[in-house]
Amino acid sequence: MNTPGEPEELSADLVRPYVITNGRGLPDNDQFNLITLVTTSDLPRPSQLDPEKRAVLDLCSGGLLSVAEIAGHMKLPIGIVKVLLSDLSADGFLVVRAPVPPAQLVDVSLLQEVLNGLQARFG
Amino acid sequence: MGSRPDSAEGVYLDDAVQIAAKILVVGHFAVGKTTFIGTMSEIPPLRTEEQMTQAGAHVDDLAGVRGKTTTTVAMDFGRITLSSKLVLYLFGTPGQERFVQVWEDMTRGALGALILVDPERLKESFPVIDLVEQYGLPYAISVNHFDDTPVRPDSELREALDLLPETPIVTCDARDQKSSADALIALVRYLQTRTDRSTT
Repeated sequence: MNTPGEPEELSADLVRPYVITNGRGLPDNDQFNLITLVTTSDLPRPSQLDPEKRAVLDLCSGGLLSVAEIAGHMKLPIGIVKVLLSDLSADGFLVVRAPVPPAQLVDVSLLQEVLNGLQARFG
Repeated sequence: MGSRPDSAEGVYLDDAVQIAAKILVVGHFAVGKTTFIGTMSEIPPLRTEEQMTQAGAHVDDLAGVRGKTTTTVAMDFGRITLSSKLVLYLFGTPGQERFVQVWEDMTRGALGALILVDPERLKESFPVIDLVEQYGLPYAISVNHFDDTPVRPDSELREALDLLPETPIVTCDARDQKSSADALIALVRYLQTRTDRSTT
């Protein structure tokens, strides 16, 4: 806790993600949720790229991963990863597999596929 | 910061996977959520941590920064590939802090929730059941069975937790894969009955 008039202590943990995204918050259009699946496109990456974005592309170039897994492997908060992915996707470096639309979440066939999968794997 | 994981073996999804589904595994502190996710996951469970700044009580304080506290909210998750095109993610958050952003992220697009309860500490499950209900997620109760815990009749649990008659109650041992899978299966079967009802 700080006393009045004293500058708030800057924690590296707090400041760094903010710097990574150039001070921007989450994009308004929520293109990415926790289980949006992402991989790299065939577009050659530019020679100049932020180290964090380069690291995202390095990770994603290996194959398909969810947004949550990217955050987990990179040890970055989800919010920061969404901003990085949003930028990279807008520039065409990523291929995004859209999440299941809300209407299909109560879809009989999706639930049946989940059930079949669980039973086949663990039954 | 890591770039590629140490071993790429088994880290990535099959290229053919088209659909990702999500189920929450929630419950009070130390009820066995992380164990459950670890038991079921095909990858070593991952964790993300979000820094949450919480405004304190004295929001009108001239100093502004006074009373603000920063808390780390963690989310644990695992993955199960269910078919060539379908993958299921299990998400849990330790603790039951009402951090809206984390709960919105977790619940959005989730099929349902498995709420783990410890029969000896039922009261501690109330806040998390409230949260799941608040977000409108259908759920099943899974009694995480520890070796020395006495088995309580379902009717007693149902009354104590104020559950609807149709809410499933299953017993599981979060350390055992078959037992944990059965709990998930019970939840999915319940979700199917709800779908049947809403379409007829």
